[in-house]
Amino acid sequence: MNSNAEQTADIIHADVLVVGGGLVGGPMACALAEAGLTVAAVEMGDPNEALSAGFDGRASAVALSSRRLLEGIGIWDKVKSQAAPILDIRVSEGESRLFLHYDHREVGDEPLGHMVENRFIRRGTLERIREIPRIQLLAPIRITKLERGPGMVDAALADGRHIRAPLVVAADGRFSRLREDAGIRVTQWSYRQWGIVCTVAHDRPHQNVAHERFLPSGPFAILPLPGNRSSIVWTERDDLGKATMKLNDEDFAEELATRFGDFLGETEVVGPRWSYPLSLQYAHTSVAHRLALVGDAAHAMHPIAGQGLNMGWRDVAALAEVLADSRRLGLDLGAPDVLERYERWRRFDNTLMLAMTDALNRLFSNDVAPLRLARDTGLAIVNRIPPLKKVFMQHAMGVVGELPKLMRGESL
Amino acid sequence: MIRRDQLDTPLAEATTADPKQIAYFTSMAEEWWNPDGRFKTLHQLNPVRLKFICDRVCNHFDRNPEKHLPLDGLRVLDIGCGGGLLSEPLALLGADVVGIDATAKLVHVAGVHAAANYVNVDYRHALAEDLVGAGEQFDVIVNAEVIEHVANVDGFVESCCRLMKPGGIMVVATLNRTLKSLLFAKIVGEYVLRLLPKGTHDWKLFIRPHELAGKLRRHNVSMTEQVGVIYSPLTGSFRVGKDDSVNYMAVAVRPGQPKLELVDG
Repeated sequence: MNSNAEQTADIIHADVLVVGGGLVGGPMACALAEAGLTVAAVEMGDPNEALSAGFDGRASAVALSSRRLLEGIGIWDKVKSQAAPILDIRVSEGESRLFLHYDHREVGDEPLGHMVENRFIRRGTLERIREIPRIQLLAPIRITKLERGPGMVDAALADGRHIRAPLVVAADGRFSRLREDAGIRVTQWSYRQWGIVCTVAHDRPHQNVAHERFLPSGPFAILPLPGNRSSIVWTERDDLGKATMKLNDEDFAEELATRFGDFLGETEVVGPRWSYPLSLQYAHTSVAHRLALVGDAAHAMHPIAGQGLNMGWRDVAALAEVLADSRRLGLDLGAPDVLERYERWRRFDNTLMLAMTDALNRLFSNDVAPLRLARDTGLAIVNRIPPLKKVFMQHAMGVVGELPKLMRGESL
Repeated sequence: MIRRDQLDTPLAEATTADPKQIAYFTSMAEEWWNPDGRFKTLHQLNPVRLKFICDRVCNHFDRNPEKHLPLDGLRVLDIGCGGGLLSEPLALLGADVVGIDATAKLVHVAGVHAAANYVNVDYRHALAEDLVGAGEQFDVIVNAEVIEHVANVDGFVESCCRLMKPGGIMVVATLNRTLKSLLFAKIVGEYVLRLLPKGTHDWKLFIRPHELAGKLRRHNVSMTEQVGVIYSPLTGSFRVGKDDSVNYMAVAVRPGQPKLELVDG
């Protein structure tokens, strides 16, 4: 043991070190604190900067189960005034009139989900973190060296302080450095598609209906935001996507209008537009020695079903539950058998969701005649068979599979 | 055959300072603490034992198991602590733990692991009767997987009882002496499935629950509960149940008011 460092440097002891303070890392810290654990949360960006619309203009569909998690960890209260419920989802294909109609009344009284702009989730999370004494937020600061020793993780911060914890949780995103340093391999493929995201204002109210249109170059989603505004997720072939992003505001608005239609009256693009290359990526394992991956660090998926962030939050709820149970027995939170429980729990769920999302996209992003027919008939059939439809809807709501307690609305 | 009631030769004092020795103990500790290693069965048993111990101890001392550090201030003795699989978690739950083992090497192994994990456990190379001689007493005695390795059971039980404070509690985990335990724990466990190193157990030393209760009663300690611990080969895990014909756990209490020293904070 290095007794010199012990005496001279400032050492922060925590039950868990969470690296990454974003949309998954923030709630992770809150969920662990809710479970009675002490948390050191390290984020290299300035959290206040991340709250502006210019930093992240996307909006997320918060599934019912995710909302319960956010409620349970005290974030939803701070977010709900900015959330628009989704009461109905209409799925249609191109020009076809056949469509699939998900009405929330078919599965209970709860909305299918809520649309919230990411910056409001970030703001609510940050406010919550600052309320919880068990969380020590260290940001903005870099970790200069992270050692996962036999009994303890030691992270050296740029200001010379050290954090010691039995477990480090990597919530550092798709390009996770922690994952890379641990030598965990990823499989990824690109869809050669771009996701274009923007917000539009429209004349008529959206009635809290979400629309998902499968156009030949990819899905086009209109998602209700508070007021007469909607969030657009527009998938385009990569060459067209790049060209679309280069259009001036007027031409862009026109391109958008041809896809959007006039059912909500006049539309106007508000604020900037963003684009992201779409790819699917998953880590071969979610755990390593004293390390657990959550969110995009473990799996990043096509936004077609709006499930990426919801899957990340499921990681959060599952890991928090596993750690809470282990702590009750005084077990080492970074022990291999503890982490194995998390890995087994998430593996099945994530694989299923990745496969489903991928298959959906492949099925819909093309214009081959027989496939079109199959799709149209398929959508119509699903619409007519209530039990099948219910399964799809419950999936969209995130209430299928072995749900962690926090996502069932129970406390840890 | 392991005789856990006989101290082996103590290691020279110098061992803890020698880097080579430390490396050796560290690798031994890694082996002990590897859930898929040689002590896999102990790891599989651990959550069940810990849950039982915590539950019963919290209940006995009127503690809330959901609270932070539920065992705070309780003085716990872990007899036959081995690599510290029970001592460390109990310490992490707030208990002041003394872990003793008759094998000097294991005491070092446990110490190295606890230090690396920043857990405070007082590990000693000692026998239960040594502590009796020193006049020590504890709120909680953990007696897990030891009694079946002891030659002089009566003497051992007496020592355990004398180490209990008035109002103290003891949790025993051991193997029943039935045909089924001979078949499962000894023959299947050691020879067929190789869950345990061969020669781990001498079936004749296994003790039946009512025999244990009788021996405890002689020292005015009453056995208040016994449960079976059942192995499921499919999931590779143990659970508590009615069938105590192979593994079982028992709770024993010494009459008196639990008296706790006041702890700061």
